Amino acid sequence: MSEEKTITIEVDGQSLETKLGALLIDVTDAAGINIPRFCYHNKLSIAASCRMCLVEVAKVPKPIPACATQVMDGMVVQTRSPMALAAQKSTMEFLLINHPLDCPVCDQGGECELQDVAVGYGSDATRFVEGKRVVPENNVGPLIATDMTRCIHCTRCVRFGDEVAGMREIGATGRGEHMTIGTFVARNVDSELSGNVIDLCPVGALTSKPFQYRARAWELTRHTGVAPHDSVGSNIQIHTRRNEVMRVHPDSNDSINEIWISDRDRFSYEGIKSEDRLAQPLIKKNGEWTAASWEDALEAAASGLKEIATADAEQVGTLISPTATLEEIALAQKITEGLGSPNIDYRLRQEDFRGNSTAVPWLGQSIASLEHVNAALLIGSNIRKDQPLLAHRVRKAALNGAKIQFINPLQLDLHFDAAQMVSDPAGMVHNLAAIAEAAGGSHHLTEQIEVGEEHKAIAAELKDSESAVILLGNIAQSHPDYTILYGLASVIAKATDSSVGVIPVAANSVGAAVLGAIPDHGLNAHTMLESPRKGYLLLGVEPGRDTNNPALACAALKNAECVVAVTAYRSPCLEETANVMLPMSAFSETSGSFVNAEGTWQSFAGTTTPAGESRPGWKILRVLGNLFDIQGFDYNSSEELLGELKESHAGGLKITSLGAAKGKIRSVVTGLIRVGETPIYASDALVRRAVSLQKTKDARDATVARVNLSVASNAGLSDGDKVAVVQGEGRAEMILKVDAHIPDGCVWVPAGVPGSESLGDQFGELSLEKV
Amino acid sequence: MANEVIFKNLDLDRLWDIEQYRSRGGYEVLTKILKEKTPPGEIIDGMKTSGLRGRGGAGFPTGLKWSFINREAPTDKYLVCNSDEGEPGTFKDRDILRYNPHALVEGMLIASYVINAHRAYNYIRGEFWEPYQRFQNAIDQARAAGFVGNNILGSGFDCELNVHLGGGAYVCGEETALLESIEGKKGQPRYKPPFPAHVGLYGCPTVINNTETLASVPTILRDGAEKFRDLGVENSGGSKLFSISGHVKNPGVFELPMGTPFSELFELAGGMRDGSKIKAVIPGGSSSPVIPGEVMMDLTMDYDTIAKAGSMLGSGAVIVMDDTTCMVKVLDRMGYFYYEESCGQCTPCREGTGWLYRIVHRIENGQGRPEDIDLLMDVQNRIRGKTICALGDAAAMPVAGMLRYYQDEFQYHIDHKRCMVGADA
Amino acid sequence: MNALEIKNRDELFTPEIRAEIDHEIAKYPEGESQSASMAALRIIQDVNGGSLTQERMDEVAAYLDLPPIAIYEVATFYSMYEHKPVGRNKLCVCTNISCMINNSDQIVEHLNNKLGIKFGEVTEDGRYSLKEVECLGACGGAPMMQVGQKYYENLTPEKLDSILDELE
Repeated sequence: MSEEKTITIEVDGQSLETKLGALLIDVTDAAGINIPRFCYHNKLSIAASCRMCLVEVAKVPKPIPACATQVMDGMVVQTRSPMALAAQKSTMEFLLINHPLDCPVCDQGGECELQDVAVGYGSDATRFVEGKRVVPENNVGPLIATDMTRCIHCTRCVRFGDEVAGMREIGATGRGEHMTIGTFVARNVDSELSGNVIDLCPVGALTSKPFQYRARAWELTRHTGVAPHDSVGSNIQIHTRRNEVMRVHPDSNDSINEIWISDRDRFSYEGIKSEDRLAQPLIKKNGEWTAASWEDALEAAASGLKEIATADAEQVGTLISPTATLEEIALAQKITEGLGSPNIDYRLRQEDFRGNSTAVPWLGQSIASLEHVNAALLIGSNIRKDQPLLAHRVRKAALNGAKIQFINPLQLDLHFDAAQMVSDPAGMVHNLAAIAEAAGGSHHLTEQIEVGEEHKAIAAELKDSESAVILLGNIAQSHPDYTILYGLASVIAKATDSSVGVIPVAANSVGAAVLGAIPDHGLNAHTMLESPRKGYLLLGVEPGRDTNNPALACAALKNAECVVAVTAYRSPCLEETANVMLPMSAFSETSGSFVNAEGTWQSFAGTTTPAGESRPGWKILRVLGNLFDIQGFDYNSSEELLGELKESHAGGLKITSLGAAKGKIRSVVTGLIRVGETPIYASDALVRRAVSLQKTKDARDATVARVNLSVASNAGLSDGDKVAVVQGEGRAEMILKVDAHIPDGCVWVPAGVPGSESLGDQFGELSLEKV
Repeated sequence: MANEVIFKNLDLDRLWDIEQYRSRGGYEVLTKILKEKTPPGEIIDGMKTSGLRGRGGAGFPTGLKWSFINREAPTDKYLVCNSDEGEPGTFKDRDILRYNPHALVEGMLIASYVINAHRAYNYIRGEFWEPYQRFQNAIDQARAAGFVGNNILGSGFDCELNVHLGGGAYVCGEETALLESIEGKKGQPRYKPPFPAHVGLYGCPTVINNTETLASVPTILRDGAEKFRDLGVENSGGSKLFSISGHVKNPGVFELPMGTPFSELFELAGGMRDGSKIKAVIPGGSSSPVIPGEVMMDLTMDYDTIAKAGSMLGSGAVIVMDDTTCMVKVLDRMGYFYYEESCGQCTPCREGTGWLYRIVHRIENGQGRPEDIDLLMDVQNRIRGKTICALGDAAAMPVAGMLRYYQDEFQYHIDHKRCMVGADA
Repeated sequence: MNALEIKNRDELFTPEIRAEIDHEIAKYPEGESQSASMAALRIIQDVNGGSLTQERMDEVAAYLDLPPIAIYEVATFYSMYEHKPVGRNKLCVCTNISCMINNSDQIVEHLNNKLGIKFGEVTEDGRYSLKEVECLGACGGAPMMQVGQKYYENLTPEKLDSILDELE
């Protein structure tokens, strides 16, 4: 192709080799030649409207924008000739005449592209003596602060919404000098990627609301880090001042998060300073929590668990949060093993453990390669909310024409074209089995499976695609028939020559699996609670919010003799059930490592000192190990521990099957079944305490129960009714919302949200009562 | 020699009806082309020979524009007619729509055939409701007669013809803004390249021609390209509709050969009203720099002559001003127009048009400053040649034009806080 | 304020209006119904007393399956869409150059005095509103104005008086 042809151009007398058709501004950027710009951004479409990057090109009578000029062989460019400089300075003057120049009170001050460029291209004094434009503000929600009087109309935010977030929420209304960037009406910007416009905005028009007036850019120290929520492992920059996290920005990594981060990754730091933070060790004495020294608390924890283990090691169980670091998990494993117990698990939201538990649930391919698939079948996944930047990759594939198909127990609001097959959880199994059969695979199910045209179409789509992927998402992993869904996915993958993978739930799900933090002939996260143990070690777990069946979890823990919780936060369920609470450092306060969805190991350092008396989790566990007299706990640093882990566990991940799709379909119910999705801002302890995120639409939408109109009418209920969701002994009162996104036979009742602690399985039978 | 092309049926009653149009040979050329399956290249050659240049104002050769379309491209092709007449002083396309809509329908169908377009749109400014109804009626008549729709006259050629009404935005007269507007968006011009011939309406190859351009096509092809060309002069073939307004006795639209002396057009318009004296002429719509009346009297109405005099023939819209006219007030009003109509997309135009207007407005209102004339010249120069579309230039050029000939009036306003016109005369 | 909870497409507008908008949509290729946004806004503005509201714009967006901001952009870009109530007769007076030098100032002044309103205002009885417009392409008939679908040219104060009397 001619696009690949290498050509030579000359810029400011310098000869540059490049590809024919490349954008001039990309070529000069690569060569380190700076051309000022505002509207151009290499991740967005070209607007060519700010006119800051005008340069002189030989034989062209007028200055032309470098951002919209494709290079041709022999092109001679001058970026600082009198013509180019005059044009650039003209633009600068025009941009500044209506700009308020309120830099001293502007949050962008010190990191403002307009400020920076004005130093080089602006003039000392203004010739503009008229009144400046003032733009009235609209509140756009809890995350983004606006000051549109400062806006220079570069439209990066508008293009981001359209092209990346896939939601046109911000636009440019009015025309000419009256053109205003914004939502036009007082309406929130609700995209889960919305915060990226803060980074894109070259001026102080769009800034972070939680960060507003909190610090100056030059006061901040920047530390690299890894986002602690979803399994993307987005690279971040943690900005601190005087030992406090002030904000989080993306760090660019083209193979992982490009230059974006989700709002969850950006704003969850607010949870670090929650009032719930556990500031000192606590011991429960006669039912009362009392402050204790570290020594006493550790002693109490060690002796409590040791006593149980000595009597019967099988009576000890360890539950680990999948957001714990590799180092923490490894030490928790060592302790559990050292105590002689086989009971350990991180799969807190999983219900079905019938399959081969040693299989590492991972993507099966690189994150970046997702955008190049021709077809994808996503099973039980609300990918957009669960894993926003994986959704971004799938969206790119879809925009390139890939056929995306979902099999879900709810209709999703997606930002790309996809087909959605929506049914109750049991129907998902049937649909998948039908696709397997249509693809020519056998499903091993005893049930009669009806194969429809839509199943054949999906099978054909996968078969005909050069590169197809089948992925099981967060919902699938909490599904009562996860093993069967996985087995069927594998059958389909084989029959259609597709790859199969799992979208790991949390930041270190893959890491926990790689280390093998699963029971070997012991009890898993479900059976450990179903057959209650006498002693539990909880690492970063909030039992009422982090488990598939919080009612079961809370009951089991309540009856235990000794529950040791290593935790960053107090929570009602822990306060009720634990015996010792050891304060653990939170996000940003500890060093550690995560393994992301594609199997990349990423380490980070602690950036702030732990709050109160809390200590990094790995240090707490190290001392506990010593107190248990277990060998091999003499690490001086987390790096030392990591080195050991790398030696024994690093290496490429294999795709291993969970096993055949055999067994009883457990999701069949006689009454209504719960669709217990974990909403985006309820996913883990940190984000649940991030106050600004809790004010977003996504968080507010997760406070209700949802049914479709026919379910509501059959139950004699209507929109806005107060209802009780009843699961066994558990009962939660919620407002009912009639929502056509929910299929027949189902009630959407979120997990991980306040009020859900008393409920049962995320996908279990339930009933509704009018209150 | 007047009324040879578009206005040749002006003597007929209800000349907008298809029977009347056909009584003078209307739709014969289209019929012939479709029956004989005339090679499109042949028609393009004819258009090139005719010397017809875009009548919207830019003057791009029509035949050449048509030749840019790859007829065999796998995507759809579109023909778009620009009836978004909005350049102040211009009112000729309104008359075509009202009085000779079938010439436009036929011209659009022929052009569509040439570029292999099966959909054509006429973008009519939203305020032109009555002209729109006239034109829509012509489409309906043509459809009833088998000239519009599928398999036209059994030729196998399909062409749908529809009207897209504007919503009030001068900038939509710019061809790419017009395309955005047809797509149902704000009328913000696109950066070129790519040009519409490659990436136009809905991303497909598109030709955009002015109303007058397309309405001239049937006559050119019927009477012969040479005949049309020879009406005009070198480099300005054919005849042209001139809109003349202002302080003339009989303002109106006149069809005259290119190269006609201005004085002749002026005479046709009845000369100055009430015996007043001609002061200045804007020769090609408000964007074209003003020319003093005495200079204008020696010029002919064609592209090259007007350009040589430092202005533009543009859309052929002539605004004549008498000696009671204050040029500061004129520029104040024109400045307001461009400030109001800038789309806001690119910096120099969005910010610069407002600045220009405010400076002139201050001067007009007795608040001029000594440095304002230099500032005006500099600001207009900083807009010029630096914007995405021509609106920036259109706003800037009249400023330079006014200051070229009438700087003394601006200076007087600044110095005396009042108008020179009629001051001590 | 939350986004309008959008009803089903066939619960929006009357069947007659839906048919009218559908007729516009049909002018454009399959999948390009955004092209009908301007026509739809015009139709809705006409039946809404000559101006638009957020609710009406949101309905148009829902009907055309567009994000509301896409409709707000269009509705605020083109000058023929109104965002404040107008009179039953919206008098659009051109003051651009050819009209200006033909005394449009006098026309405006006459209307100001006679109706007691300025540009952008509505008479108390709601009968008239005044709007300054840019060149309407009828410079040969300067000074001129547009009321509804009709152009009135070669205006004089006397002529204006009789036109105003005719407008209900």
